[in-house]
Amino acid sequence: MKSGFSSDGSPVSRLVEAFHKLPGIGPKVAQRLTYHLLRAPVEEARALAEAILDVKEKIRLCSRCFNITDVDPCTFCEDEGRDRTIVCVVEKPLDLLAIERVGKYKGLYHVLHGALAPNEGVGPEGLKVRELLVRLQGSPVREVILATNTSLEGETTAMYLQRVLSPLGIRVTRLARGLPFGADLEYADDLTLSTAIEGRQPV
Amino acid sequence: MPQPRVYETEAVVIRKMNLGEADRLLTLYTSSLGKLRAVAKGVRRPRSKLGGNVELLTCSRLMLARGRNLDIITQSQSIDSFMAIKTDLQRTSWGLYVAELVDRFTPERQASRALFELLLKTLNRLAGDGAGETALRYFEIHLLELAGYRPQLSRCPGCNRELPLSCRLSFSPVAGGLLCMKCRAGEPEVISLSADAIRMLGRLQDSDGEDVLKTGLSQALNAEIGGVLQEYISYILEGRVRSAAWLRQLRNGV
Ligand SMILES: [Zn+2]
Ligand SMILES: [Zn+2]
Repeated sequence: MKSGFSSDGSPVSRLVEAFHKLPGIGPKVAQRLTYHLLRAPVEEARALAEAILDVKEKIRLCSRCFNITDVDPCTFCEDEGRDRTIVCVVEKPLDLLAIERVGKYKGLYHVLHGALAPNEGVGPEGLKVRELLVRLQGSPVREVILATNTSLEGETTAMYLQRVLSPLGIRVTRLARGLPFGADLEYADDLTLSTAIEGRQPV
Repeated sequence: MPQPRVYETEAVVIRKMNLGEADRLLTLYTSSLGKLRAVAKGVRRPRSKLGGNVELLTCSRLMLARGRNLDIITQSQSIDSFMAIKTDLQRTSWGLYVAELVDRFTPERQASRALFELLLKTLNRLAGDGAGETALRYFEIHLLELAGYRPQLSRCPGCNRELPLSCRLSFSPVAGGLLCMKCRAGEPEVISLSADAIRMLGRLQDSDGEDVLKTGLSQALNAEIGGVLQEYISYILEGRVRSAAWLRQLRNGV
């Protein structure tokens, strides 16, 4: 590859290659990180290595909501203060954190770990869908909020979930879609604009 | 003369992949350059000016700047976002199947106005109230033709003899057509087709499909023709069509 370094198997080139494999890290940055660590005190390097191992060895998925956690069930599922009659379905753990950051939602979560992408070979069996259905059976949950992305895959996932959830007799809602704050109407795409018009509110 | 740095084209987004923090690598099927891959920067942020105009199954007029490796989309204007497709699970699934086939059958940067038009025509049909499955059969047959794999229905590709009309025959994916009784004997991998299915394949192949689409194929005929085309397509692609598995799942009621 045109990465500007040769792979000679030495510790330095092994580390450069390992960084280069990470998302968003090009060959230049991989080299910079490696040289930074070469000059850094050994404690800093050890702390980084241990943190990486800890993530792999101690972090797992919550057996109820499939969020990443170091305790099972996770703190959200165990929190007695949260409303157990409502579940918010998100694509990935980062989406859960985004909703938490706002602090408006006090129910439970369910992390799908992806969205339907039939043309990429991702069907419902590749997501935590069956787990959601099992979890909802005989549970006190009365509402499921579909908080998947507004991308085509996210919308497809939401339409699919609505189809499989409707026989359960649970209220299914979708996060409101419309114009983002700070947006110029002129740049809004047709789908955003039309859902925004449909979902208009009295002021 | 050097190529201009910036150019404009109509394009349908047929595939996408996340790139870095907020970018996307898109596969476009364009009116003027055929299939090409391009980067949409910052498009995953809610305030992106490209936003939904570069979503899958959307037709837009795009401005692109030539990059060192990949071209970069600088401006977009929606032509048709095919909302009727995107607000329906079945139609979205059909549309993704069409997009996957266009992607897998085409080389990069080989323009085909005919294929671009077939793609748009098919998406329009899927967005309409007509028979979606039948529109897919029309699309498959004509995509095969444009890609150089026109199913041979009137002459046996083995011996070039004219085939008998109105009787059951066998389709050979390897030979790319219907075999006569004699040639069929040596071919292990054949699919038997009813006379009705053969006639309908011919009608779809040699027309603009409008008359067939008006009534739509019966479910049985659709399954028969769809099955043989899927075998032929898988043979050519040397692998299964991913979204076809999902369409089957939907048909069986997920
Ligand atoms: Zn949990
Ligand atoms: Zn023959």
